[in-house]
Amino acid sequence: MTIQFNDPDRPNSYIGKTVPRPNATKLVQGRGRYVDDIALPRMLHVAFARSPVAHAKIGEIDLDEAKAVKGVLRVFTGKDLAEVCTPWVAVLAHLKGLKSPPEHPLAVDRACWVGEPVVAVVATTRAAAEEAASLVMVDYEDLPAVTDTMTALDKDTPVIHPELGDNLAFRRLHEEGDVEGAMAQAHKVVSARFRTARHTGVTLEPRSILVDWNPAEGQMTAYHATQAPHMMQTVFAKHLDIPESRVRVICGDVGGSYGIKVHVYPDEVATAAIAKMMGRPIKFIADRLESYSTDIHARDHEIEAKIAVDKDGKILAIDVDDWTGIGPYSVYPRTSAIEGNQVVNLCGGPYDFANYRAQTTVVFQNKTPTCQYRAVGHPIAVAITEGLVDMAAAELGMDPVEIRRRNMYADDAYPVTSPAKMRFEGLSHHASMDKLIGMMDYDALRADQEDARKRGKYRGIGIASFIELTNPSPFMYGIGGARISAQDGCTVRMDPDGSVVALSGVTEQGQGTEAMLSQIVAEGVGVNPSQVRIVTGDTQVTPYGGGTWASRGAGIGGEAALQAARALRDSILEVAGAMLQADASTLDIRSGQVVDGDSGEERMPLEELGRIVYFRGDTLPKDLPRELVQTRHFITMEYPFAFTNGVQASYLEVDTDTGVVTLLNHWCVEDCGRVINPQLVDEQIRGGIVQGLGGALYEEIHYDAYGQLLNGSMADYLVPMAAEMPDMQIGHVETPTGESELGAKGAGEAGTAGAPAAVMNAINDALRPLGAQVTEMPFTPERILRALGKIED
Amino acid sequence: MTEMFRDKVDVALTVNGEPVEARVPAGQHMIDFLRLDLGLTGAHASCEHGVCGACTIRVDGVSVRGCLMLAAQADGAEVWTVEGLTDTAAITDLQDAFVARNALQCGFCTPGMLVAAEELLSAGGTPSRAEIREHLSGNYCRCTGYEAIVDAVESVAKARAGKGDA
Ligand code: FES
Ligand code: FES
Repeated sequence: MTIQFNDPDRPNSYIGKTVPRPNATKLVQGRGRYVDDIALPRMLHVAFARSPVAHAKIGEIDLDEAKAVKGVLRVFTGKDLAEVCTPWVAVLAHLKGLKSPPEHPLAVDRACWVGEPVVAVVATTRAAAEEAASLVMVDYEDLPAVTDTMTALDKDTPVIHPELGDNLAFRRLHEEGDVEGAMAQAHKVVSARFRTARHTGVTLEPRSILVDWNPAEGQMTAYHATQAPHMMQTVFAKHLDIPESRVRVICGDVGGSYGIKVHVYPDEVATAAIAKMMGRPIKFIADRLESYSTDIHARDHEIEAKIAVDKDGKILAIDVDDWTGIGPYSVYPRTSAIEGNQVVNLCGGPYDFANYRAQTTVVFQNKTPTCQYRAVGHPIAVAITEGLVDMAAAELGMDPVEIRRRNMYADDAYPVTSPAKMRFEGLSHHASMDKLIGMMDYDALRADQEDARKRGKYRGIGIASFIELTNPSPFMYGIGGARISAQDGCTVRMDPDGSVVALSGVTEQGQGTEAMLSQIVAEGVGVNPSQVRIVTGDTQVTPYGGGTWASRGAGIGGEAALQAARALRDSILEVAGAMLQADASTLDIRSGQVVDGDSGEERMPLEELGRIVYFRGDTLPKDLPRELVQTRHFITMEYPFAFTNGVQASYLEVDTDTGVVTLLNHWCVEDCGRVINPQLVDEQIRGGIVQGLGGALYEEIHYDAYGQLLNGSMADYLVPMAAEMPDMQIGHVETPTGESELGAKGAGEAGTAGAPAAVMNAINDALRPLGAQVTEMPFTPERILRALGKIED
Repeated sequence: MTEMFRDKVDVALTVNGEPVEARVPAGQHMIDFLRLDLGLTGAHASCEHGVCGACTIRVDGVSVRGCLMLAAQADGAEVWTVEGLTDTAAITDLQDAFVARNALQCGFCTPGMLVAAEELLSAGGTPSRAEIREHLSGNYCRCTGYEAIVDAVESVAKARAGKGDA
């Protein structure tokens, strides 16, 4: 029996409805349980002495003063931990040529970025551990720091890891068609230089881990704020030499992730190693400076790009030269080459054109390592593409909406393969654009803009179409050799009282995973969502899975839950058929009752079935299966990724005297396939948009020429706050994927993917009459005033 | 930690309506006292330098950053955290509105956000969306994008005004 998703009046129709999140109530009552809320008997705290310089040889380490602090029990150096923890090398076989040196939990001979952990101090209180860490004396012999991306490969630039030969971590050139030829014959060629600033995620809950080692059982238990508990289980097992089955990773409430908490961090592995060495629970909670200097950074790209168009605005070619600096190590195990690789994969994404060339150059430098952060590579690729398209439209005197309509893949063109060799199963660029234009009342907005201009106000409209990669298959990591599961699983069981418990390998980070799973399971089995209890984030009890990243929770984890729930329904009905002497296929389950499928007449509550199966199994036929626990797994097979699409628009005003941008309105139409919970999807998109707006207007990690981090606090690294943010209008087009019954694709990153480009285009639309243009994010007042020629020096 | 901070200070205060007497290190922050010594983990520590608002609690009727106040300063104070505001049903309508509107995702900012929002609401009147945004502009939320929070606070303000207890 298939679910009639298009019939909103079908029985148990929870998929597609806004149902409340089961875990929200505890969080508003302050009854969440984040890692730092947990205290275990005999627990100790670890703090780290970190490199204050970007690149140095580690000389003598003097620990006497640190050890003298009251409460300090042990102090560990890199050499101490290297004896119990093997180093890791973050490469992937399918990213050809990617190289990276071995990385240890604590630096051994050399420190390579400001913030790299060098010495670990364990004490009875965090205050004592921090005090002692500040008293660790390390003789740092300065080495030259490499900080500039564009000169990292120059002959006279020092090589950070001499054994690797040069500072090139990875380079990929993709060529399709004849770019030179198309450029030569084009009506117009527009080129631009773009820059996206270094960001970090700024999760409100800092990175947190509490690891307990029970030597008697040989069992490690890590309470970890992570997106990928099973991946971490594998990592701890492998590098600390523990059987995988003896590592349990528990991920309770997590205070925000956005990609920050899906990576392997040296200080977290060090915490686990120390717990094993000391046989006691060890807690590490990053402080805010540690967050800024050691959480992964992202998006530090410099790009030269060109677009060629004919006189009708048809795109003939796009040419992109992308450079990014990733810090001294590729980050384990996802690697730091993926972001640049995504830029190559995603530029030009919405458009049907023939000639494409893109190269990414990924270099080492002495700054905090970069890696995957929400919407990996998308904000960069969308800014390049949509910036170029708007510039081409301006050259041609064409409306920005019109030029997009002339180039976007037709909605009936699918399946297609893009010039970047991405395969699209089904997208809806035109329908989405039409919806957006209607929602924003484009013509009225243009009239308002003109009106404002007459009053000396510079308002602009910016559009950004985009594609977004979700539901990744093993093509993302697995084929490269990483033990990162693209498959996910769900176990669904019925308990004696007729309630249902679902254990899922995907995790909750606040996006509403548990609500999404509860409504899918409720519909799949035929009970109310309130009768479903979801368990996630415990490697000892949930099926093995990838966790939550790359917008896969609903599309992969949701489908596994649906299949498991349907299987449980079938086994319940098999028992019910025997009990009621009816053909199981004539029965259904609705709101926790076994009913007659045609008439809906109630035949038996699930509670009664549970009572018989669990306590009076003797009354059932001897050979009747009574398996009220079912597990199913799901993995995508047809497409490497399920692409989604969407389009955003920004309306804003630029104060040409101060350079300040005021956001007036923001719209997003997103096609994430089947929408499971409209409210949760909309709020994911809103939150994502605001993260993108942060990148467009405020967020930038600053370093000086010596690799010194200059803004390591929340007061100095600006993020969006309530007063400056606009209300946002969200709309949907639904093109379900045919790879699953559920048809869901991902939704969590689309907001972040498109918002910066929409803002950039809106600012440039506002400034165009003044002949000014900005392409370097964030668009600070200073950069805008410079573009206007009001600041020079 | 210098010798000065090792000094202990005796304090007597009420926390969530219950009397508390304690001997606290002079340098201990209120948020750590609540979380570590009293087990009240509802308010969170995040930036620990007064910027994010995750540690917001109510002290003598006004919202205060628990990471900027010392426990030693709390002698004689009346302190409320999200746990007490929950138990006394003081903010049930606001909590319900947050859940209904999904004005929280990870929930890490939420206890502080609720205390800050309640401060605005208890001032009476029906604040505009801009006023709500302004009042909450010291409370950082990385997940929601703020709109749902503003919606939730606005709906409670209107409901309370309608009931005449504004
Ligand atoms: S933790 Fe107190 S304001 Fe951020
Ligand atoms: S809900 Fe996560 S920070 Fe606000």
